[in-house]
Amino acid sequence: MAIPKLYQWLLAASIFMAAWLSYVAGFFQTNLRQEYHNIILVLPIYLLMAFASYSLALLGYRVATFNDCIDAAEELQEDVKEARKDLERIGYKYASDWQ
Amino acid sequence: MATLNKYSVLLPTYEERNNLPLIVWLLVKHLSESGHDFEIIIIDDGSPDGTLDVAKELQRLYGKDKIVLRPREKKLGLGTAYIHGIKHATGNFVIILDADLSHHPKFLPEFIRKQAEKDYDVVTGTRYSGNGGVFGWDLKRKVISRGANYLTQVLLRPGVSDLTGSFRLYKKAVLEKLINACVSKGYVFQMEMIIRARQFNFSVAEVPITFVDRLYGESKLGGSEVVAFFKGVLYLFATT
Ligand SMILES: Nc1nc2c(ncn2[C@@H]2O[C@H](COP(=O)(O)OP(=O)(O)OP(=O)(O)O)[C@@H](O)[C@H]2O)c(=O)[nH]1
Ligand SMILES: [Mg+2]
Repeated sequence: MAIPKLYQWLLAASIFMAAWLSYVAGFFQTNLRQEYHNIILVLPIYLLMAFASYSLALLGYRVATFNDCIDAAEELQEDVKEARKDLERIGYKYASDWQ
Repeated sequence: MATLNKYSVLLPTYEERNNLPLIVWLLVKHLSESGHDFEIIIIDDGSPDGTLDVAKELQRLYGKDKIVLRPREKKLGLGTAYIHGIKHATGNFVIILDADLSHHPKFLPEFIRKQAEKDYDVVTGTRYSGNGGVFGWDLKRKVISRGANYLTQVLLRPGVSDLTGSFRLYKKAVLEKLINACVSKGYVFQMEMIIRARQFNFSVAEVPITFVDRLYGESKLGGSEVVAFFKGVLYLFATT
């Protein structure tokens, strides 16, 4: 069976952090431009913030577009009436419950 | 539509005296109109409001072959109610839905059609995609619901959009296998069923449904449910 999701996350996070830390600690010989270097230094925080904003935006969008099924509720009310009428017709003995 | 399929509807009830006759009437209507063979298995857990009397009356009206009563002495919970009910199911398919009219039987012909499309093992209702949706939810409940849903999507990647819904159609053998593999209770049980279904490589399809909050009876969503939900998500996150 597949690796549990928790370990997939831990694995991905540790690979990323290992690479990042080695870069920050200067293990790689690189000749990146200064701007890139500066971005990489704060990359973990950037990624976290990007993920958080993406999540919040998506959540807001999904809450705003969550369908309000007014029709379904009205239809159900009609169904309830019809059901009660028919149940009474066939002799349902607790029909007095809804009188 | 002459098929040999038979659908066993599992209907767990607790304090549903007002809802039970209505949901049964709607089930009979929509399943017989679409020409399907079915039985409704009512699992009442000793409801103090006399739900069982109502169930007996419905059995008198619709016949013992259509309405099957499998009551239990006391409230033992939803998860075990399904296990108890499925033991008596004679169909090759099992349908699970709530008895409180939140799940409308009018969607069942669509579930059945969807299942037949690619011989799916599981068909599950979704409030979160297509024409699916909810009625009677305030902003707070929508935020909680969407937030919880997003969390499960990120952490568990289940491949379906609605994990906690409990309006579903299963092949009977598939449901039996899943029930045996699942350890959780309550809401988490519904999530675990779908996650395990993915693990076993069962095919799962979705049908958009509308979810209308219960008209009768108390709603019981409280703090302890939320805690249980988070514990459940973490459990599945760490183990599956
Ligand atoms: N047999 C049995 N049925 C139960 C039990 N608890 C709940 N039910 C039934 O299971 C279905 C779903 O329960 P609900 O109480 O509607 O749960 P919910 O939809 O999460 O919460 P609500 O907001 O109250 O509707 C209903 O048909 C209940 O009557 C139980 O302990 N035993
Ligand atoms: Mg309910």
